[in-house]
Order: sequence, then structure tokens, then C-alpha cells
Amino acid sequence: MERTIAGKSIAVNEEGYLTDFKQWDKSIADVLASEAEISLTPRHWEILGYLQNEYRNEVPLSIRKIGKSGVVDIKEFYQLFPKAPLKTATKIAGIPKPASCI
Amino acid sequence: MKHLVILGAGTAGTMMANHLNHHLKKPEWEISIVDEREEHHYQPGYLFLPFDIYSPEDIVKHIEEFIPKGVNLVKGKIDKVLPKENKVKMTGGNELNYDLLIVATGAKIAPEEIEGMKGSEWQKSVFDFYTFEGSLALRNKLRDWEGGKLVVHITEMPIKCPVAPLEFAFLADSYFKHKHMRDKVEITYVTPLSGAFTKPKATEALEHLLQEKHINIESDFAIEHVDNEAKEIVDYGGRAIPFDILVTVPTNKGDEVMARSGMGDDLNYVPTHKATLQSKEYTNVFVLGDASNIPASKAGSVAHFEAEILTENILRFVKGEPLKEEFDGHANCFIETGNGKALLIDFNYTHEPVEGTFPFAGVGPLRLLKESRMNHLGKLAFRWIYWNVLLKGTHIPFVSATMSESGKKYN
Repeated sequence: MERTIAGKSIAVNEEGYLTDFKQWDKSIADVLASEAEISLTPRHWEILGYLQNEYRNEVPLSIRKIGKSGVVDIKEFYQLFPKAPLKTATKIAGIPKPASCI
Repeated sequence: MKHLVILGAGTAGTMMANHLNHHLKKPEWEISIVDEREEHHYQPGYLFLPFDIYSPEDIVKHIEEFIPKGVNLVKGKIDKVLPKENKVKMTGGNELNYDLLIVATGAKIAPEEIEGMKGSEWQKSVFDFYTFEGSLALRNKLRDWEGGKLVVHITEMPIKCPVAPLEFAFLADSYFKHKHMRDKVEITYVTPLSGAFTKPKATEALEHLLQEKHINIESDFAIEHVDNEAKEIVDYGGRAIPFDILVTVPTNKGDEVMARSGMGDDLNYVPTHKATLQSKEYTNVFVLGDASNIPASKAGSVAHFEAEILTENILRFVKGEPLKEEFDGHANCFIETGNGKALLIDFNYTHEPVEGTFPFAGVGPLRLLKESRMNHLGKLAFRWIYWNVLLKGTHIPFVSATMSESGKKYN
């Protein structure tokens, strides 16, 4: 489905995750962040950049891996993106919601 | 003579020994299977032990009973695998050389991963039911517990049998009802996932059941520590959930031997090609069951389906033929829902569990994603099937290794 974010028509899935990372830009991140009641600081951008890089390198994301990445510890990750940080941060970063292993 | 070595005589390894024993024969091949344990446990039974549905005798047998004649059972502890030298080093210095290696070392709980989990309340008010000892200690605790807050908790994914904690919550509801004390027990289900399960349609059905049974759900909970004094679990966001009994599924990890051998990922699971079950790093190493990192359920049914496909692939590998990319992540799980009923789910890498009939399209007799007594009988019958059919590597009639889409209601 399509929705308009920051004046652009963007492809998203039912949960609101971008389905085409190429459509992502910083203005989209700002809108998605404010919908999650987060205002993005340089530290947020650093982590979003890290997540996008992992996505480009096809590294599966998990809270555990992020905690051991040296980029951010889990406690701070929660402070920056409260409640469900990995789900919120990936949505703002324009990358798919990490598949939980089953 | 060529050597095939299987590491681990649990569900997956034992099935492979039985399969391959028919195909790779002496004098060309010698098959060895390595394990340090004396006993083979029917792990699904750990779920029933706390509720006095099964007793220890139902779930423990000798390892030897299931290893076919003609296969060497090597008892001992593995020090490490030297995959570049095609060697397994045993503690004490013995070495096993191999031409082909099958890794089936499984997964186990690692409560030490979370601060305070294995603390002063361990097996007093904090329990696991993924080990025989844990499950038995919990049985003894529940037998004369007078009620309070029961918290059923998953630490992080992936875990063995991802539906087991839900089943535990359902069976607890049923158990306390039968003891006429359900009103004295508050049951809360705490999960790191955003809902009861990982797949949307099954989540919907399962959340409905939780509600019906008055089980609270707390989702998106990533535990940071267990507070043994206040008796609560606390997540990274500061959310605290109090308990009188905590039944937790600790972090699951692959065997330490994979870490020592440099063959595991950050959770000691071996990187494995998900359709061929060949190790991503070493062509003469294959991995099945819980030991691999493939995105399929860590469950006996998965190991069973993998074993059928892996047997074919090993025979192809031996003949120098290309491997078949056939494994589709097929899993088939009964979910006990209490009061003598169960659900059945059947799914793979690409198809989530949906409603329908199984194994015969339109007929059943088992119903998918719906509670029924027949499904429960199926689950109980499964213990017999496990000991007498599954471990022996006999094909289960009408249930194919790859998932069938017929009889299922996809949109």
C-alpha cells in the first residue's frame, strides 16, 4: 500500500514499514519518529545509520547483537527508542522489521 | 574405509544414525556417534512433568537402546572439532578422524546470560522447564503451592519449541482449575515478541485463547535482570513484573563445543545452508536439529523432516552429485491448550500456520489451528511414536518432509 509521508508517496506494508528502502530520506525519518513521539538527536541518527548499514550488509538484527555491537548498549537503545526499540528504530530507518526467529 | 562421525545422540543425531545405517555400510563406511550422556530424554515430556501428567519414567531411557547395531557409540566428552583437519578431539586425548561430519549437538538453556536469573531464588521461586532437573523441581513446588502470581516468561528468541511456554501457561490454567484454586492464581505471560507468537494468524488464535483462559499478556518485554529480593523481573525500559513463581525460558544457546571449535555464531549456532543443511564453511560438514542457525523452529518435528532430506543429500555428496536444495523449514507442532484439548500447526519458511485439516485435505482427522480433543490425543500418541518410530528414522505415513499446501486455508 501507499501512504504520503513528508509530501511524498511512499510504499509501506500493513504495519507501516517501508517496503522500498530507496524511498527513504531524512524527512521521512523525521515524520516517522514524531509519530513514535521521538525527536531525533545526533545520537539517534548515528544508530539509524548503523542499522541501515547492517541491513545493506544483510546482517540479521537482534537486540542481543546490537547490545554487543559497541555502537550502543541495550539500556541506551531503550532510552532513545522507548518500549520496543528495535521495532521502532527499524521503522524510522526505513528497513524491514527484523524477523523474529521461530 | 571411510568414516562418518555424528556429534550428539539426541533426537537429531539418533535419527541420522538410524537412517544412514541402512545406506552407508561396512566395509566401505564406518559410522560413529559421540555423546557423553547415559540417558536419552523425551524433551517434549518436560512440559508435562510439572503438572504430574507424565512421570520421570515416561521420559527417560538409555541412549544405547536407540543406536542401531553396526554404529559405534563413542561415550565421552568432545574437546573440540578441528574442521580444517577433519578431526574430532575428545577430552582425554583420543581423536576421531572423519570424512564426513554431522553436527547434532543441540541447544541448551543459559540462565547465566541474564543477571540474577540463576540467583538465590533459582529453583526456589525461579524455575525453568527446559531441563529434567528444572521441570522436576517445578513439579515439587507446584504440588503444594498455595497460589499467587505465576509468571511464564521467555527471555529471548530463538528458543527450542517456541510454543512450549504458551502450552505451559494453558496447562497451568487447567491444572489449577482441577485443583479448585484457579481463583487464587494470577497467570501472566511475558514475551519479548509483540504478541503471543511470531506468525500473525497463529498469534490471533492464541491470543484469543489466552484471553478466554484469563491469562494476562505482557509483550515487547526484553528482560534486563531478575530481582531476587523484590521478586520481580525488570526490562531495559524499567518495566517491572512481580512474581511469586517465575517460570522462565532462559536464553537458548548452541553447545559450547561449537564455540571452542570456532564453528558457532554469537549464540554458538553453526551457520548452515537452510535448504541443503550443509555447513556454510566446510563442505564435508552437515548440521541438523537445534544446533544449526537456520530460521526454522528448533523442534523434534523439524529435525525429523530435516533427517529425511539430509539422508538423501549425504548420499548425493558421497557420490559426488550436487546437493538438493529441498528443505523448506517444515514444522508440525501440537500445542496443548489444557482441559484435554490441543491445537495443531503446520508451517514452513514461507507459509505461516493457518486453519485447515491434516494430514488429509478436507478430511483430517486433525484440525489445524483449532482446539480439539483429537489433536490432544495426537500429542499424547506422539510419545509412543517418538520412541518407536521417529528415533528409528522410520517415515511417518502420510506426512511428507516438505510441507503440503493442500487442505489449508490460505487467503
